[in-house]
Amino acid sequence: MNVDFTTSLYVFMLAAFIGFEVIRRVSPLLHTPLMSLTNALDAIAVVGAIILVGEGKSTLATVFGTIAIVAAMSNVVGGFLITDRMLRMFKASTSKR
Amino acid sequence: MIGSEHLIELTYLVATALFILALKWMSSPSTAKRGVRAGELGMLLAIVGTLLHHGIVDYKWIAIALVLGTIIGIPLGLVQMTAVPQRTALSHACGALCVTLVGTAEYYLQAPEVPRFMMAVLALEVILGSLTFTGSLMAAGKLQEILPQRPIIYQGQNLVNLGLLTLAVGLAAYLVFHPGQTWIFPAIVVIALVFGVLMIIPIGGADMPTVISLLNSYAGLSAAAMGFVLNSKLLIIAGALDGASGFILSVNMSKAMNRSFTNVLFGAFGQEQTTVTGAEQARPVKSATAEEAAAILTAASKVVIVPGYGMAVAQAQHKVRELFDALTKRGVDVKFGIHPVAGRMPGHMNVLLAEADIPYDHLLDMEDVNSDFPQTDVALVIGANDVTNPAARTDASSPIHGMPILDVDKARTVMVIKRSMSPGFAGIDNPLYYLDKTLMLFGDARAFVGAIVREITGGDHG
Repeated sequence: MNVDFTTSLYVFMLAAFIGFEVIRRVSPLLHTPLMSLTNALDAIAVVGAIILVGEGKSTLATVFGTIAIVAAMSNVVGGFLITDRMLRMFKASTSKR
Repeated sequence: MIGSEHLIELTYLVATALFILALKWMSSPSTAKRGVRAGELGMLLAIVGTLLHHGIVDYKWIAIALVLGTIIGIPLGLVQMTAVPQRTALSHACGALCVTLVGTAEYYLQAPEVPRFMMAVLALEVILGSLTFTGSLMAAGKLQEILPQRPIIYQGQNLVNLGLLTLAVGLAAYLVFHPGQTWIFPAIVVIALVFGVLMIIPIGGADMPTVISLLNSYAGLSAAAMGFVLNSKLLIIAGALDGASGFILSVNMSKAMNRSFTNVLFGAFGQEQTTVTGAEQARPVKSATAEEAAAILTAASKVVIVPGYGMAVAQAQHKVRELFDALTKRGVDVKFGIHPVAGRMPGHMNVLLAEADIPYDHLLDMEDVNSDFPQTDVALVIGANDVTNPAARTDASSPIHGMPILDVDKARTVMVIKRSMSPGFAGIDNPLYYLDKTLMLFGDARAFVGAIVREITGGDHG
């Protein structure tokens, strides 16, 4: 178990560095869609909730897990939908086309 | 069954790569749509991969929950652009709710034998998750104006908040060594839930961009903690990316408001609220009519429009687009200068102006536009106040001294659309309004901009 946690810490640290480098380059123009996109990606937590419910180890796990799936899934659908809608609105000048 | 395990891991690996690409492609508006597609594909792969998991024995509740979540998600994805800040806060709450519920269920599945490191991470997960859940709900309520937007401040507030947080962390530390004491767990959750509410009570509207970014970061970190607990690399990475994103935005926002970073980290917002300086001296200001404003604007060759939250409140963005069109047609170069904390969340003004069909290459951020002001004929301020206050540069006694501002006072003429002379949100007087080159345009932003547009286009026909 301890070995797994060590690996996890390395993964977390590397991902945080990648996150800093990648997100630093996002134009301030797109900070609102960035937030809604990361929100949708963060809802990958739905994966954990699905396994929790599917394994059905206890009633509590099933009930909490089901609510958790609903909450995360609403973020997946809502997050991608609104990010897409926002990005569609960003248009360059017609003169540049 | 080894085959299917490997297949699932493979879908997670591809999903991780797609998530990183999604964020990378957000760097420019021309590739951003591709980024959303990558994110969607990664999410789909990961969810399908998970459904193949051999440990899943019952699909009934999963199916019901997935459908229900989708049904709730669709209207949340279709809200008006003006409602995006509260929608974002609400989605942070949903993400945090998911993490807290899974963490709680996971604890009770493992108790009383929970390894120490696992217990510590579980506690971190539910503390962050719970406070983000109620904190985000409070923020959403304030933004939607269901709750009073006015900050509520009382004596010893910081002491109470800090005390609660210390209590939660202390109980968590005790639980790490005595994981069998199952009554402590719900106590931690309740304390963190209460802390989330108290944390947002002293926050006013102008601090919302920082708060939303910070809650975004907390939501990401709690999801990463959940990844540690479930030993899911995919979740750790997604959480770390979201946490990093929220962190960077929080730092940007705190810099743009000249708040120290510790001030932001510990959630001590609204600290520097100053009371309105009682001395309301009636200094002379120059005001102008829509007709005069139109004449000055059409005579200009370079105009910079500075929008603020007031433009969003007045729903003036479409009228502003008409003004942009009318002036551009007459050969005036029109740009928009956008302060990082204008509006209620990072990038709020850009989205509203893009929705109004203003091309994004005319939207400039603070650094780019500040070098333009000395060559600008007219700076037109619509519903922004503190972010244009030159006292931030010059007056060391000003509460906003040191805050980076848009240097509108360096333009040849400044026009400010404002309802009245009442000071802005922070209650700080703005010397900009008393300058010789400044013209005050008193009225509702939408009505006034509409009147200027009528003057300009009316002149075309007559």
